[in-house]
Amino acid sequence: MKKLLTGNEAIALGAYEAGVHYAAAYPGTPSTEILENIAPYKEITAEWAPNEKVAVESAIGACFAGARTLTAMKHVGLNVAADPFFSIGYTGVNGGMVLISADDPGLHSSQNEQDNRYYARMAKVAMVEPSNSQECKDMVKSALEISEKYDTLVMIRMTTRVCHSKSIVETGERTEVPIKEYKKDTQKYLIAPAVAKQLHVKVEQRLQELEKFSNETELNFIEWNAKKIGVVAAGVAYQYAREVFGDTASYLKIGFSFPLPMEKIKKFAEEVETLYVVEELEPFMEEQIRAAGIKCIGKDKIPNTWELNPDIVEETLFGTKRETIDYDKTVAVRRPPTLCAGCPHRAFYYELSKRKNVMITGDIGCYTLGGAEPLNAMDTIICMGASISMAHGAKKVFEKGNVEKRLVATIGDSTFFHSGMTSLLDVVYNKSNTITCILDNRITAMTGHQENPGTGFTLQGDTAKITDIEKVVSALGVEHIKTVNPLNNVEMKAALDWAFALEEPSVIISRYPCALKKYSDADIEEFGPINGVCEVDYDKCIGCKKCVSTGCPAIYYNKAIKKSNINKVQCVGCKLCMQVCPVKAISKVGDK
Amino acid sequence: MDTKNILLVGVGGQGTILVSKILSTGLMDAGYDVKMSEIHGMAQRGGSVSTQVRYGEKIYSPIIGIGQADILVSFETMETLRWLEFLKPDGVVVVNDYEIPSAPILTGKADYPQGIIEMISDKARTKVVNAADISEKLGNMKVMNVVLLGALVKMMNLTDIDWEKAVRASVKEKFAELNVNAFNAGMEAVS
Repeated sequence: MKKLLTGNEAIALGAYEAGVHYAAAYPGTPSTEILENIAPYKEITAEWAPNEKVAVESAIGACFAGARTLTAMKHVGLNVAADPFFSIGYTGVNGGMVLISADDPGLHSSQNEQDNRYYARMAKVAMVEPSNSQECKDMVKSALEISEKYDTLVMIRMTTRVCHSKSIVETGERTEVPIKEYKKDTQKYLIAPAVAKQLHVKVEQRLQELEKFSNETELNFIEWNAKKIGVVAAGVAYQYAREVFGDTASYLKIGFSFPLPMEKIKKFAEEVETLYVVEELEPFMEEQIRAAGIKCIGKDKIPNTWELNPDIVEETLFGTKRETIDYDKTVAVRRPPTLCAGCPHRAFYYELSKRKNVMITGDIGCYTLGGAEPLNAMDTIICMGASISMAHGAKKVFEKGNVEKRLVATIGDSTFFHSGMTSLLDVVYNKSNTITCILDNRITAMTGHQENPGTGFTLQGDTAKITDIEKVVSALGVEHIKTVNPLNNVEMKAALDWAFALEEPSVIISRYPCALKKYSDADIEEFGPINGVCEVDYDKCIGCKKCVSTGCPAIYYNKAIKKSNINKVQCVGCKLCMQVCPVKAISKVGDK
Repeated sequence: MDTKNILLVGVGGQGTILVSKILSTGLMDAGYDVKMSEIHGMAQRGGSVSTQVRYGEKIYSPIIGIGQADILVSFETMETLRWLEFLKPDGVVVVNDYEIPSAPILTGKADYPQGIIEMISDKARTKVVNAADISEKLGNMKVMNVVLLGALVKMMNLTDIDWEKAVRASVKEKFAELNVNAFNAGMEAVS
């Protein structure tokens, strides 16, 4: 049967058909839907781990126990999981294991555009790169077979366009693969120095065997057309090259991209007049091809910044430009993303934004938007979990220089579980007077509402123990803890006053569900339903724009009449604007 | 046949992705090779969004280049201007006469640009659809997206495909009738 699937959906189907038994991941765009689409298959144990390192480690455990195993993450997630990743590079596998790295060229939803193909080379593991959804599905199976045959982890490297583009996939049936027997083997699984020393030699031998395979496998295939131009390309860049060169060029399509099939590339290069290497981001293949003494055109023309597309390939290689409609492009007003109407983060940052002489360290999640106009309540973002540890280090230095500055770290619930807990331990252990604010919106929101240890449910819908953030914080040694409802402006302000007056580290837990969250029974019991919408009384409104300064997308300032307006379709009745209005011009209607 | 390129643009939350799904599925069932590309993540929080559908005998790139779209369907008026350069000079614009002010406009830092539809009509063959009025008459503003799908199908001459089946397969059963009506109303709006 034919189905139109995204790359992520196809990976999930591939995992099912290839008999995968265990899958673990932490959500991250553009990889999130892989595990979400594996979850419905009851044959596979699919889990959200608290972070990528835990996901990879539990996957390694499952692999050693004999299961066919999959783990998936966004590119920067592999930085978090780099430690176990490099170790399994040495040990190899028992059951087959694939690790999916979903890179984000163009930074659609990321803090950098690192090219994770270098990770495969550095950890000396095999790598495949699908260029469409059918290949995504097929390569899961190939990768698992390669993994088991060559005793290596196989990285499946995807990019946003492969993850999130739909194309046609021929579906199949699941083939059950028995779970392999586990045998204690300390010379393989226990990488103490003496063992690892021997394993490194094995890894080098494995690389040679893998290169031989790379030269032979049909994953790297040639399409002969005219021989004036030859193109070497992998992943979505192959599709772009195919689009631009059409049938006028010959192609060496690389599906198995580490180790590269250098013999095959050499032969291909000898046959064609000019060799182009078309790559997105870094010259990963080109550097190796040039090092092998093969002449080619690549990054001398095609930029290594931002997402590639056929237009860039065509323009940089041939200088051609398509005819377009000429018009004034400056007319359209910017449309940056905003916190949603009713978002509890808005209420929190609105109050925090009023504080003077503070450095606010931010973190990764929807609440990153607290750093945008009009709230501007954030100084830094580095990576998952960094807010708390950075606040600690900055505070130490400010104290050293007698700089009177308060440090406020802001971090979401899921990010706190991911890597904020160890940072908070540092704050307590090394004693810094910082204020840590955990913005607990009861879900992993940014990536599209995934369960986490705080929500009470697992990825596959089972009920789970709800991790109590207050208890965690207390156990880490924090003595001043307050949980508040951020939508209650008075309560929120009082909590910040309280924390700012303290001489010791404190934690404020801002607890209210994401405005888009489908409430669980526990949510309904704790927070109740919100009904009705807010409305402006024009007779009372003085046009002071206080409500507008919250940045709520439901509030529109009507310049003509100098009054605020609330869009009833968007408003969810959170009442923040009502509380900030100095003349009580806003009221709630339709409240039960 | 030549490859056809459809670009759907709007604001996060307007349902461009659902429409692209119905469209792509219908095209696949009709025997075309199809690719669809979307971007989600950060931009979804009220930001500018686009989805791209390409179909024909054999499709390679999932994305549409500038000056390459046969049709630009804009779910929000101002968004048309952000994406107009992707349209072929002889391409068609279907624009929803519906304004969603962006953050700088909401806060009074900028004004919603005036005369956009005249500006677009001056540059390209343009069909204006009042999907808000149409869907309000049908009793549910949320089907604005499917109204625009109807208009798109009509403008692209794809009326031979069984769209009713594709629409019904993509929405909840209790909303099936409403969506089929929205689709038909959209086709009529550009007839």
